[in-house]
Amino acid sequence: MSGHSTYEPKFAVGRWMDQRLPVVRMGADFMAMPTPRNLNYWWTFGGILMLCLIIQIVSGIILGMHYVAHVDHAFDSVQRIRRDVPYGWLMQSTHAVGASMFFLAVYMHIFRALYYGSYKAPREVLWIIGCLIYLVMMATAFLGYTLPWGQMSFWGATVITGFFGAVPVVGESLQQWLLGGYAVDNATLNRFYSLHYLLPFIIAALSGLHIWALHVTGSGNPIGVSDKVKTDTLPFHPYFTVKDMFAIAVFLMIFAFFLFYLPDALGHADNYIKADPLKTPPHIVPEWYFLPFYAILRAVPDKLAGILLMVGAIAVLFVLPWLDTSRVRSMRFRPIARWFFFIFIFMSFILGWCGAETPDDNAFLGLSFYRLSQIATLYYFGYFLVILPILGLVEDPEERPASITQSILDHGDKQKPETVMAPAE
Amino acid sequence: MAETGLIHHDDIVADDSKRDFIFLAAGAAGAIGAASIVWPLLAQMGKAADTLALGSIEIDVSKVAEGQQLKVLWRGAPVFVRHRTAAEIAEAESVDVGSLKDPETDDARLVAGPDGALKPQYLVQIGVCTHFGCVPVGEAGEYDGWYCPCHGSHYDTSGRIRKGPAPRNLAVPPYEYVSDTVIKVG
Repeated sequence: MSGHSTYEPKFAVGRWMDQRLPVVRMGADFMAMPTPRNLNYWWTFGGILMLCLIIQIVSGIILGMHYVAHVDHAFDSVQRIRRDVPYGWLMQSTHAVGASMFFLAVYMHIFRALYYGSYKAPREVLWIIGCLIYLVMMATAFLGYTLPWGQMSFWGATVITGFFGAVPVVGESLQQWLLGGYAVDNATLNRFYSLHYLLPFIIAALSGLHIWALHVTGSGNPIGVSDKVKTDTLPFHPYFTVKDMFAIAVFLMIFAFFLFYLPDALGHADNYIKADPLKTPPHIVPEWYFLPFYAILRAVPDKLAGILLMVGAIAVLFVLPWLDTSRVRSMRFRPIARWFFFIFIFMSFILGWCGAETPDDNAFLGLSFYRLSQIATLYYFGYFLVILPILGLVEDPEERPASITQSILDHGDKQKPETVMAPAE
Repeated sequence: MAETGLIHHDDIVADDSKRDFIFLAAGAAGAIGAASIVWPLLAQMGKAADTLALGSIEIDVSKVAEGQQLKVLWRGAPVFVRHRTAAEIAEAESVDVGSLKDPETDDARLVAGPDGALKPQYLVQIGVCTHFGCVPVGEAGEYDGWYCPCHGSHYDTSGRIRKGPAPRNLAVPPYEYVSDTVIKVG
């Protein structure tokens, strides 16, 4: 954070406290962070994500008061929460739908970072902490999905823990160590519950570091030109708290739509069948937010190679700040990169589609989902490993405004074509 | 350090080499102590004694009619006992072993009865796909054996992998014939 404290206690008790433990001053200074005045609505997902984490932790702690982590009782205890526990239906649906909403928001947040080059210097550490949060989120979601002990819970857990079995030499021992037995069973359910309770607090701690790093470097902005003069920024509170609150209200309307009208739309009917270790559902698919990675896993016929590719799909994000060689942050001024980015988003959806379908089925024009997922996987890695490194060297970026203030002053009298292209501006 | 020998701090004479030794020794003891605490923290996640003790079950194979399959839960995973038809046995034995992904003869996947003779009609195997652990569906797939619905692995009538992403044949559990009709798995 730049600048010194502007907090002035209004009451005697405030002054008394300020001389002993200046915690209110710390909060006030934190909220006064100078923030670029040109942020668009793509920058509101940070606040939305914080709300998502709070919703998941609060509803999760409440569910923990009624849930029974035992193979004989887990499935029934979740049904009891939905039917018998006062407002249990609300808590259970909020937690289940909330997980999907959390991922929806985090994908928006990540896409924003990719488009506006939020990962570039000096924000590499900020970005890497974000990648870590995403990784822990995925682990938490997977562990939590096992707890209702339905068919998808059980077989999802079997398939995912099977990944560790593919590790050469020690794979089987490692897998059985993770499971606490020869197969997914009561020991597995208990430890998954324990870890599912722990990880959200790890996410909260990482979010603290994420925001700390944000306050050190300052926020990026849609034109990617760093703030230079005082008129470039506004204090975070009240200007951006109000803007975030509006975005949160819209987000909560979408949340409420799913929660009250389509609570099961994002889940699977098979998870209303109690886990049966003797019978695999005919069509196993993960939750929608894992589908692209599932498609990458299945894009190669080899077990270990599939897992390495899937892990690589996430690992590549961590080194992205060093793969993208362009010094221009915002794709608004990168006429070629912008189109490759839009294709990347399209391919991510294609991967999601492939992940939901049976590989051998026909997607279109005789092209199987298996082949389609191979094309999309190739593009996914090509975008990060070939296109971004080369494009940064050969692309001729458009002229950028001298400052944030300058870009806003210009905005009124001449409509630039690129502002029309940019989403949600 | 060693070459300076004694160092004078006003009136105090300190031997730095002794301090280095104490520092290293204390550090080493601390590291060993930490490791000995971390090990139980990790080892507790392994298989508990009662899980290991769920060792063996007995199955009466005579109750499985020809062309049928019995599924029994053993160590949390299904065991398939298949009473194969003559046609299935013939199909399993006719395969060129060299052409297989995980070469194994049909006989190598069977266990001899009390009289020392193989009982090719009874095929006993762990019903867990060697790809990611799903339970394959019987009498399905392109090789009339088992088909895994998860990622499309095809097994033949001997439970050998023939097509798809699975790397190995369906595993044969450790078992023996305790009488002419009863097997003990585990």
